[in-house]
Amino acid sequence: MSASIPPLPPQAPARTPQTGAPPVRTVFCQNCGGSVKINFVGRTVNVVCGSCGSILDAADPNVRVLQGAQDAIGKDTPVIPLGTRGKWRGQLYEAIGYQKRSITVEGQIYSWAEYVLFNPYRGYRYLTEYDGHWNDATPVTGLPELLGTRAVYLGRSHKHFQTATAVTRFVLGEFPWQVRVGDRAGVKDYVSPPYVLSQESVEGEITWTLGEYVLGSDVWRAFNLPGKAPAPVGVYLNQPSPSGASWKEVWLAFVMLVMAVGIVFFLDEALAGKDKVVDTTYRYTGPAASGDSSFVTPVFELKGRTSDVEIRTETDASNQWIFLNYALINNDTGQAYDLGREVSYYSGYDSDGSWSEGSKNDSALVPSVPSGRYYLRVEPEGDASLGPIRYTVIVSRDVPPWSLFLAAFGLLLVPPILMSWRTFSFERRRWAESDHPMVKTSSDDDD
Amino acid sequence: MRRSFFCPSCGARVEFMWSSSVQTTCEYCHSILVRRDVDLTLVGKVSDLPPDVSPIQIGTEGRIKNQNFTVAGRIIYEYDGGAWNEWHLILSDGNSAWLSDAQAQYAVTVERAITPLPDQAEVYPGKRYKWDSVIYEATAITHANYRGVQGELPFEYWDKERATFVDLRAPSGGFATLDYSDEVPKLYVGDILDFDLLQMTNLRTFEGWS
Repeated sequence: MSASIPPLPPQAPARTPQTGAPPVRTVFCQNCGGSVKINFVGRTVNVVCGSCGSILDAADPNVRVLQGAQDAIGKDTPVIPLGTRGKWRGQLYEAIGYQKRSITVEGQIYSWAEYVLFNPYRGYRYLTEYDGHWNDATPVTGLPELLGTRAVYLGRSHKHFQTATAVTRFVLGEFPWQVRVGDRAGVKDYVSPPYVLSQESVEGEITWTLGEYVLGSDVWRAFNLPGKAPAPVGVYLNQPSPSGASWKEVWLAFVMLVMAVGIVFFLDEALAGKDKVVDTTYRYTGPAASGDSSFVTPVFELKGRTSDVEIRTETDASNQWIFLNYALINNDTGQAYDLGREVSYYSGYDSDGSWSEGSKNDSALVPSVPSGRYYLRVEPEGDASLGPIRYTVIVSRDVPPWSLFLAAFGLLLVPPILMSWRTFSFERRRWAESDHPMVKTSSDDDD
Repeated sequence: MRRSFFCPSCGARVEFMWSSSVQTTCEYCHSILVRRDVDLTLVGKVSDLPPDVSPIQIGTEGRIKNQNFTVAGRIIYEYDGGAWNEWHLILSDGNSAWLSDAQAQYAVTVERAITPLPDQAEVYPGKRYKWDSVIYEATAITHANYRGVQGELPFEYWDKERATFVDLRAPSGGFATLDYSDEVPKLYVGDILDFDLLQMTNLRTFEGWS
């Protein structure tokens, strides 16, 4: 373009949206000559040759080899084939990179898979998989605060699980960062199911990711993978407890139910007739000369619906016993309800101090007695050698059965105890793999 | 307030869309042009830009904290983690802000005139600072190469080589950058924001990724 001739102002490129696929480049591996496609030129920093596993510098025009061939090529294949696209968490993502990393704990190697997902608008996120357990991980934008053994992020507290050194074992595909087999990173995991906050430190640079436990079946559906997702093995560090509700919620529900039942019983007692039909005091002085010491009360009326009758015995027994054979007899039908009650009370002093045994009073419930005219036959028997025993017989109708309340309480107690036990044993299995097992085994003694 | 000029290098028409802009690039020949008086001064030329995968482009519009913004220009950097852009935003109140897209994470910041700022030599990851009663912790120190400029910028900026940036994050979720590309450090404060929150339009489209 000559300056002397005023040029026609060239049409500036219009400020309209540029279109086109993200720049794709095909290069040749300098190690094996195989062709390597870079799908996201400009974003991708390292790309792995699919033929020999050499790690190549995707930003270098000559695609220099950064690290030589890997042995595991062809042996370790990602279950989400690289290049697969799927709708994940409502957005389209492509699986572009895959790496295997491992930690060594007490001589045991644990390795897991990591998938790099990319969307040119929304950026990167990661899927990790260990023994069928999947996590959806995103970069943390803020700064988690470390408070003792906890990491707090966005108001949620995560408990320290494990500190280890993660070693990169195998890589495949494209990566937005520098990656080499043998890379080591300090990893600290903090859990609050279904979340896990992971801190990675490499050469003083600290990065955080937030993982959320997801189901393998969701991954299978999103990426349209063949077959079924393998069932997860064991308990994973941020796997939600299967009992769903936390033990706190279970016990809160328990307290609410007990209170509700308590209110019902309280109202029942307030409304209960508690109609005293017999209240008479007798004296027992010893076996009758005739040999039959039984007697009957006057006839009384039990009213209302079919309900309980309480027969209460109050005595002044002192180092004595009295046995009362009761029969509640319907005056019209002759139907009888028999029951025998023993009342005994002993007390004294010995080298340990005072002691007592038994009770001066007794209460018995006769359930489901229809209304009608009744009388009570009483046959006392006892030890009157220390003097006569005074006893009062009180018969009352429709007594709230507190024992039922206790039974209800006991029944209500079963689910929270079972659920708490399930939760506890699940948590014990979870934490058994951590730096902080709930039950110490001998191998943890050196902690 | 649009002002038209002719590129001193190729004669193409060059427009300043924003009155606050000091520098622009000729879209035709990629000359870097600075508006000092009434005329444009040619100060340099941008070499070929690296392949660009950012969905953002000059002319992209969006929203940030109840203000609309328009992307007017950008500075391009490269480091060992790839390339990234610092997009120059013009807010609806006329002020400038910056939108960085490193690692496809979007951080919007504005310059905060606070002095004194720490020397580059004394900053290390984990070190904490308090600005405007917010605690920030240095999380990453990035040594980058200046790679080029495009469009309108609020200051003169060209012919750089090395530039060092310190990223800082706040427990409350805030984000800040210390920029050591000039002699006097600059502080930018803001937030890392979700793509959808920025409600951007006039984005670049990628085939198969609508």
